[in-house]
Formats: sequence, structure tokens, C-alpha cells
Amino acid sequence: MESVESQIAQWREFLSRAPAVGTRDVEELETHLRDQIGELGAAGLDDDEAFLVAVKRMGDMDGLSREFAREHSGRLWKQLVIGGEPGPASGSGSWIEAAAFALGAALAVQLARLAAGFPGEEPLWLGRNLGLLVLPFLAGYFARRRRLDAGGWARSAVVFAAAAVVTNLYPYGDTSATEVLVAAHLPFMLALAVAYPYMGGEVGSRERRMDFVRFIGEWAIYYVLIALGGGVLLGLTALILEPISTGAGERVFEWVLPSGAAGAVIVAAWLVESKQQVVENMAPVLTMIFTPLFAVMLTVAAATYAFSGAAGAFDRELLGVFDALMVVVLGLVLYAMSAREPSRPPGLMDFAGLLAVASALVLDAMVLVAMVTRIGDLGFTPNRAAALGLNIVLLVNLAGAAWLSVRFLRGRVAFGRLERWQTSYLPVFAAWAAFVVVALPPLFSFA
Amino acid sequence: MHIDKDLVAASATPLVLAILAESESYGYAILKRVRELSGGDLEWTDGMLYPLLHRLSRLGYVTTEWRAPVEGRRRRYYAITDAGKQALAEAKQQWVTVARALDGLWGTPGAVLAFGQA
Repeated sequence: MESVESQIAQWREFLSRAPAVGTRDVEELETHLRDQIGELGAAGLDDDEAFLVAVKRMGDMDGLSREFAREHSGRLWKQLVIGGEPGPASGSGSWIEAAAFALGAALAVQLARLAAGFPGEEPLWLGRNLGLLVLPFLAGYFARRRRLDAGGWARSAVVFAAAAVVTNLYPYGDTSATEVLVAAHLPFMLALAVAYPYMGGEVGSRERRMDFVRFIGEWAIYYVLIALGGGVLLGLTALILEPISTGAGERVFEWVLPSGAAGAVIVAAWLVESKQQVVENMAPVLTMIFTPLFAVMLTVAAATYAFSGAAGAFDRELLGVFDALMVVVLGLVLYAMSAREPSRPPGLMDFAGLLAVASALVLDAMVLVAMVTRIGDLGFTPNRAAALGLNIVLLVNLAGAAWLSVRFLRGRVAFGRLERWQTSYLPVFAAWAAFVVVALPPLFSFA
Repeated sequence: MHIDKDLVAASATPLVLAILAESESYGYAILKRVRELSGGDLEWTDGMLYPLLHRLSRLGYVTTEWRAPVEGRRRRYYAITDAGKQALAEAKQQWVTVARALDGLWGTPGAVLAFGQA
């Protein structure tokens, strides 16, 4: 007969296999189990009986690890701070499912390309509709994987349908700036619409929103990797075929590149889904490397600007550069956050992050002031309005994040408060992109 | 007496916070106190207490610390914070309101209310 000790060891071993249950949690639960066994033993049960009753009271393992997974969904993403064995690969669903949706996106883009006569002609409607050709397939992939009901499918489809109607019925003028802006903002608006099926309809849940943020970071990295590999493949194919017939290389690019780029959107999503529990996250790793470097670069830049005065020639392009900078800093903040175990006390990385954010804020504030005075002189154009609006949306986000992380570093608020700020802010980005797509063109009478 | 699953789940957070407001404690002791207070009627699945405690910790309602006494087991202690006390006060108001409404219908003044004020 087995001793209680070996039975407890087996129980512990089994529990540790659940990816969302950390070593500390297993220890905590084991203490509980031992307390319970001890008390039952004192009440007269023999060891075996006490063990059985205690385990039964603890609850079934599946339910327990599911509860832990709900609370600690970050751990399913295999964070840096958690050591230990990689869990078994998650059921990523059949690759055929992903391939079907990828093929759909590839076909849609190819048909649109043929209809537009690209690259011989470059009609603007093609660029404007690119997001609408690809992202519905991504949304469909997630809607299927998360087993949304009919209502969920309908709600996912509504945004895409509305966007299609609005972007294609607006009477844009010739060489319209608002049309270019719509083409640039629509993919972001639709990407945030993918969040609904991605979260399985639980758009209010903060854990699911954080999962979506993690997903976007990992997806972007996979997409870049696929693009690099695909570029090498296409380049070599073109070089090999060129001697056989001139122009063959170009035709390879013409036909394969658009479909490949569209299909890769779904393939990258499938890769993120399947490796969630297998490999470390890459976005947090990159964040760990780049946060201190950005902190140094931004501090130097802010000091230089402050010293020389922000009197240089600020134009629209510069505001665009600063928008990009703020987006990168926001990315650093978000992925540093997604990789963090919320219960850990403040550390050096938190300071580096705060320094980067604060310097970016100072820089941006100086440029913004210079920009606003110029707009006062020159008047609003669609481009200036869009660049300025995005800048303000980002500025408010980072200012809030900086304020909360100061309070966190001084021990005034829990880390969860910072997470809540960022996850509550996500809809603002969607709203801004939607505003540029829907409201900006009529405001500037489609100029 | 069997108590509905949803009701058990809804009362879990205020119960844990109220117990921690008495004094800091650890998981097993919290569960024992719950059994004691409810005369064994509130049956929790023991393991489920821990994800709940971790959630309260993430929300900043409790702080947590591992402690190894000279003799006995190493344990993870939980203590309520000011934010936790505030959340508890709000939860208490809600429960008292619900209990008062039910009392109004069932006419046993104090019977249900007593729980809300415990």
C-alpha cells in the first residue's frame, strides 16, 4: 500500500502539469491539503481515508486548473518570470481550418487585384478596401475557433458590413486626402473589430483584452518573420525563372505576393494560437531588451530639445514621426505589462519603463505646442487633424500610464490599476480609428 | 441545507474580505472560519478559494506574504488593505439592502439582516 507521502507527491506532480498553476500555487495548495489531512487524522480517520477526503474537498483538478487559468491567463502565454517545464501543446485546432480561411483571404485579394488591373493601374479603391478583403477572414477564423453562436457571428459581421458601406459609398473628390486617411485607418479599426470574435464575445473582460494585446504583439512578430522568409523565397524563385523567359520574375511577384501577404495574416494568427503554451513569448523578450535602450535614447533626445529649444522647422511629417514614436513607446509599456507577474514588487525595469514614457511625454508636449501654434496660423487640413488627433489620443494614454506607474512605484496603488487603465483605454483607439474612417471625410467634405 | 451555487459564488468575496478584516489569515484557516460561521451549510470547493484570493490580491484588496514559523508549515498569509476595506463596505451596503428587501416580504425582522451585519 502506498504511503500518504507518495500519494501527496503524485497529486502535486499532477497539479503542476496545469500550465496556469505556478509552483508557488502548488505549494500553497499542498499546505492546505496537509492541514486538512492533519485535522481529519486528528478526528480519527486513518491516513488513506484522510487523504481521499481532503483531495475530494479540494475539488476536481480540471475545474481547479480552469479557475486558475481564468485568473492567471497571462501564465498560459508562458511568461519570462515563470520557470518550469513547458506544458503540453494546446489544441490549436486543425491546421486545415486555418488553411481554408487563409486561402479565402488569398483568393479575395487576388480577385480584387485582377479586377483593379494592379499593378498596371493603381485605383485608390483597392488600397481603401484592403482591410475589408483580408480581415473578415481573420474574424471568421476566430469566430469558428471560439465557437461563437449565430448572434456572435452576426455581431462580428456588422462592423465589417458597416465599414464596407461607409468607405465605398462616400463620394471622395479627386486626389482626396481623406480617402488616403481612410485607407490608412480602416485596417486598424477592423483589427480592433477582430477583437470581438477573438475574445469569444467577452469584450468586457480585462483578462481577455490583455490576451488580445498579447496576441497582436506576437502576431506582428510572426508576420514579419513570415514576410522575411517569403521575400527570400520569392526573390530566389524570380531569379531562377528569369533566364527561362524575361518578365517571368516580375509575374511571380505580381501573382504570388498579394495572395501570400493576405494568407500570411491568417497563418500568423494560427501560429500564435498554436504556440501559446509551447514557446516563450517574443514581444516581452524584445521589450526587455529595448525598454532600457529607448529610455536612454529618449532622455538624450528630450534633453537636447529642451536645451536647444523646440524652435526647429516642425511640419506635418515630424508630427507623424512623433506619432510613430508614441506608438512604439506604448508598445513597450503594453508588452512590459503583459509579461509582468502582477504581484511582484516594483523593480528596475519598471523604472526604465517610466523613464522612457516620461521622456517621450516631454518630447511630445514640446512638439505638440509648436504644432498647435502652426495649425493656428495655417488652418486645419484633414492630414493635420488626423495626425494631431492621434497624437492627443496617445498622449492622454501615456500621461495616464506615467501617473499611475509613479503611484505604483511609490506603493500607492496595486499593479492591477495600471493594467485596468490600459485595458479600459483600448476602445478609445478603436473609436478614434472609426472617427477618422466615418466622420472625418464628411467633416472635410471629402477633400 | 443546500445553498444555490450562484449565491455561494456571489457571497464568497465579501465573506473572505470580512474574515480578513477581523485579522490576517491563510487559506485553510479562512475556509475553516467560513464553515464555522455558516454552521457547515456554505460548502466551498476548497481549491476555488485560492484563485479568488489571487484575484483580490491583483485588485489590490489584499496583500500577501509567505511566512515560515519556527515550527509548523510555511504558509501564505493574506491581509486586507484600505482598498479592500472600502470594497467590503460597499459590498456590505449591497447585501444589507438585499436582505432588507427580503425581510420586508418575509416579515422576519433581523433574521436575514443579521447575516448582512455579521
